[in-house]
Amino acid sequence: MGEFRMPSLGADMEAAILRTWRVNPGQKVHCGDILAEVETDKGLIEIEVFEDGTVDRILAAPGNKLPVGTVLATIAAGEPGPAGPLPAGPLPAGPTPAVSPAPGEGRFRVSPLARKRAAEAGVDLSRVTGTGPGGTIQVADVERAAAQGAGTVPSAKEEALSMALRHRRAIAAAMARSNREIPHYYLQTRIDMSRAFAWLKEINAQRPMEERLLSAVLLTKAVALALKQVPELNGFWLEERLVQKQAVHVGFAIALREGALIAPALHDVDSKSLDQLRAALSDLIARARAGRLRSSELSDATVTVTNLGDLGVETLFGVIYPPQVALVGFGKIREQPWSENGMLGVRPVLVATLAADHRATDGLRGAQFLGALERYLNAPETL
Amino acid sequence: MTEQEVHLGIKRALSKIAPEADLDSVDAQAPFREELALDSYDFLQLLLDLHQEFSVEIPESDYGKLRTLEGLRGYLLTKTTGRVAQK
Repeated sequence: MGEFRMPSLGADMEAAILRTWRVNPGQKVHCGDILAEVETDKGLIEIEVFEDGTVDRILAAPGNKLPVGTVLATIAAGEPGPAGPLPAGPLPAGPTPAVSPAPGEGRFRVSPLARKRAAEAGVDLSRVTGTGPGGTIQVADVERAAAQGAGTVPSAKEEALSMALRHRRAIAAAMARSNREIPHYYLQTRIDMSRAFAWLKEINAQRPMEERLLSAVLLTKAVALALKQVPELNGFWLEERLVQKQAVHVGFAIALREGALIAPALHDVDSKSLDQLRAALSDLIARARAGRLRSSELSDATVTVTNLGDLGVETLFGVIYPPQVALVGFGKIREQPWSENGMLGVRPVLVATLAADHRATDGLRGAQFLGALERYLNAPETL
Repeated sequence: MTEQEVHLGIKRALSKIAPEADLDSVDAQAPFREELALDSYDFLQLLLDLHQEFSVEIPESDYGKLRTLEGLRGYLLTKTTGRVAQK
């Protein structure tokens, strides 16, 4: 019997509010399926399951704030019974109803009058403490909550504001920890992008608009392949040692339009084709902006890539997202004078930077990474 | 299509990408990507929306003509000359 728990979606997360169940008891699930949605400081996140089986019992009710590690449901191994996903017999007796009950329904004992009064006063029953028999919420409890304003349902605007503030605070906590704990070192190199551009131009000229490759796809793939050559930069600093990761999951920094920043993971970048990566990136950006990211995307990036070139920045000095050990930054690709073999010419030039954790690696490994990155971008057909 | 129809079509497409932006306050002769903080993904998405809205193919080699709202308007007007608006 497996346990489906509230995952940790970043070093700074302690708890999240369960919002919706996407499955019922008795339903068959596969590794990677989305079972529930939770609200965190980083927005609404879809939580995946990482085993195959059948949902046995649902143990947590939507609306509750639950600490990381709380068992939300149990998953029975293997196929459901012969009756199929919805057995004819009674469903296992879970303490909570499945699949998005209306707010307040079935979760608390509430007197009908108190429920009516709560609706009139705009009081959220999930925030009211019941003082009646067995913790039943009574009219007096609702009146008290309404008077204190504590249980009042916030307006959509207030809710959005508080979400933006919470997101900002989550970034603040991670970045403050980074600057407090990580001894950063920075390396920078200039890369001639003329071969990569010529190659992209030729490829894109033959493609319909929706299938055109952006240079961001090329850069991300080149980072992943270069990391395979210098794997010490791909992983985490945990318990005073470097834990290298085999898979390269690139945290791709995405600016959200309301002013926040998020760096969800693009999975297995090193083994994806450029077209698979284009589709994955486009899907990830759209979901990040729509607030529909998945739990794995928030928790397992092994390195971060930030690209501020679109906004005209030439050189970017990154702050590493702990417990990762490296961040690769890209600036704007500009035409610049370039000398090669004694000849002076004008080339599109990219400034690539590496911010790395000096506890995990030294400048030598960092330099090897930037060298490998340059070689890949000079041979775009190998990406 | 008329200039007004093209203007409204651009406005519709841009407000999908940057719903918080006040498009009337954007300088028509300034690079709008920087003003509206559109990254290359947003820009490609905008072109895809314009492609749908106006049924025009926009080759990558023409991107340089689309830096300002004025440039974008002129480009789409030329491409849609003689055509009657669908919307």
